[in-house]
Amino acid sequence: MLSALGHATLRTIAESGDFARFTARGFSSAIGSRRLGRRLVRAVYEQGVRCIPVIVIVGLFTGLVLGLQGYHTLRDFGASSLLGPLIANSLIRELAPVLAALMLVGQAGSALVAELGIQRNSEQIDALETMGIDPYGFLVAPRLLAALIVYPIMAAFFALIGLVGGWLSGSVLLPLPASVYWASVHASIDLPDVGQLVVKALVFGALTIGLCCHNGFNAHRRSGSTGARAVSASTTRAVVFSSIAVLAADYVITSLLV
Amino acid sequence: MPDAPAHAPLLSTRCLRKRFGERVVLADVSLEIARGEVLAVVGKSGTGKSVLLKCLAGVLAPDSGSVLFDGQPLGRGRPAALAAFRRRCSYLFQGNALLDSLTAWENVALPLEQTTLLPKAEIRERVADALRRLELEGDARRYPSQLSGGMQKRLALARALVTRPELVLFDEPTAGLDPLRRNAVFTLIAHARREFGFTAVVVTHDLPEALAACDHLALLDRGRIHFSGTPDEFAATADPVVSAFRDSTAALARSVAALRAGGPLEPAEDLG
Repeated sequence: MLSALGHATLRTIAESGDFARFTARGFSSAIGSRRLGRRLVRAVYEQGVRCIPVIVIVGLFTGLVLGLQGYHTLRDFGASSLLGPLIANSLIRELAPVLAALMLVGQAGSALVAELGIQRNSEQIDALETMGIDPYGFLVAPRLLAALIVYPIMAAFFALIGLVGGWLSGSVLLPLPASVYWASVHASIDLPDVGQLVVKALVFGALTIGLCCHNGFNAHRRSGSTGARAVSASTTRAVVFSSIAVLAADYVITSLLV
Repeated sequence: MPDAPAHAPLLSTRCLRKRFGERVVLADVSLEIARGEVLAVVGKSGTGKSVLLKCLAGVLAPDSGSVLFDGQPLGRGRPAALAAFRRRCSYLFQGNALLDSLTAWENVALPLEQTTLLPKAEIRERVADALRRLELEGDARRYPSQLSGGMQKRLALARALVTRPELVLFDEPTAGLDPLRRNAVFTLIAHARREFGFTAVVVTHDLPEALAACDHLALLDRGRIHFSGTPDEFAATADPVVSAFRDSTAALARSVAALRAGGPLEPAEDLG
């Protein structure tokens, strides 16, 4: 039991180091990578544009639920006018970066792991190497850089849609005046809150897309499974680890910034 | 470092060993490939031909032994030598390894765009030329998944030759092709070799075509070079392993004739 725990700890430390080195190499290989812009645009499209519907749906329902729960709770204390600040602070500081990151992992991250895993299995990554093309610069760097662009934008977009959901819930379905809601939202948002959203989104982006790239890129190294099974196992692992990483990093960043 | 003398082999291996778990795939493989020579590596399936080629290309690291290109040792610990080698070498994968998210044109243009400083017009010209030679000019905008197996093979060949490499490593270049295309590929290799003067290592099962196209032939058996010599020497030797491999087509013809006549069949060869 103790031995198994020790092995697991050592393996986790080794894998964390391998992941850190992989991500650092991914970012650094962007320097000098030719025609990076074209691949970056494509990665932004895949991670960002294609994920807009899911961000809109989840953001809207998150705002709706927050409005509904918040209104009834605050009304009991005679403070229903504080619904705007409640929703704005919840979304901007916590829910928007976390939920947007989880949605992006579920949609774009999982697709990315599968794509890289298949490219590994079909020797496309080996082919890049034999052509003298750095696969880190060609495949990993644009995706990591795209994450740094997409995640903050998607988190901000999620917050905006969530605020609209809160307004729908509090002012359209419930009797809180819209002017009160929007004025209190406007008054409650300050720069440090937005800064916190951006910092979290950047960290979550690098962490999750890094993990997804790492798992897809190294799908052939998985012990116990090969071929299509290795790709599916890598995809599951990447999504689970990314989700855990988002929540753990959220706690760490919040404790540092609060 | 200065280049190796002209008479020195362009590519050589010394005591190359590679194992996967308990299975020894390459055991002490030493080879020399002279400049401008076409070496065919033949052998039964599973004897380590593709692994040997991947070790030569630096895709797989051997457990021990060394690979020398132009007198310089290659290896993971020598990135500059490996990068220089890859600028001068192309590899045709058995499964083609085409990038499935790129069109046929983009696949062929990729090594030129990513590793050379050629002007766009010249890249366009070279890609168009490579596609035309391989009869793929009408399929430039199609993705690999929209091409037949044979067309994919030709596309991979176009990508391998478009950089005009000094050394080309062919892993089963005719696998999955019909007999006409198979002959065409070997003819194309011979033409391209004459035009560009490259050195080649061809791993293949197609013995007649290999004998016609190569200068030197090596038979890999159980991870070792069992025979190495010219096609004439290969044809003349009485070595039982070489004979069994060389005469496999005749044995098939005898078996089919016996089957049609209702007579006894020859015992099947060890499939390895």
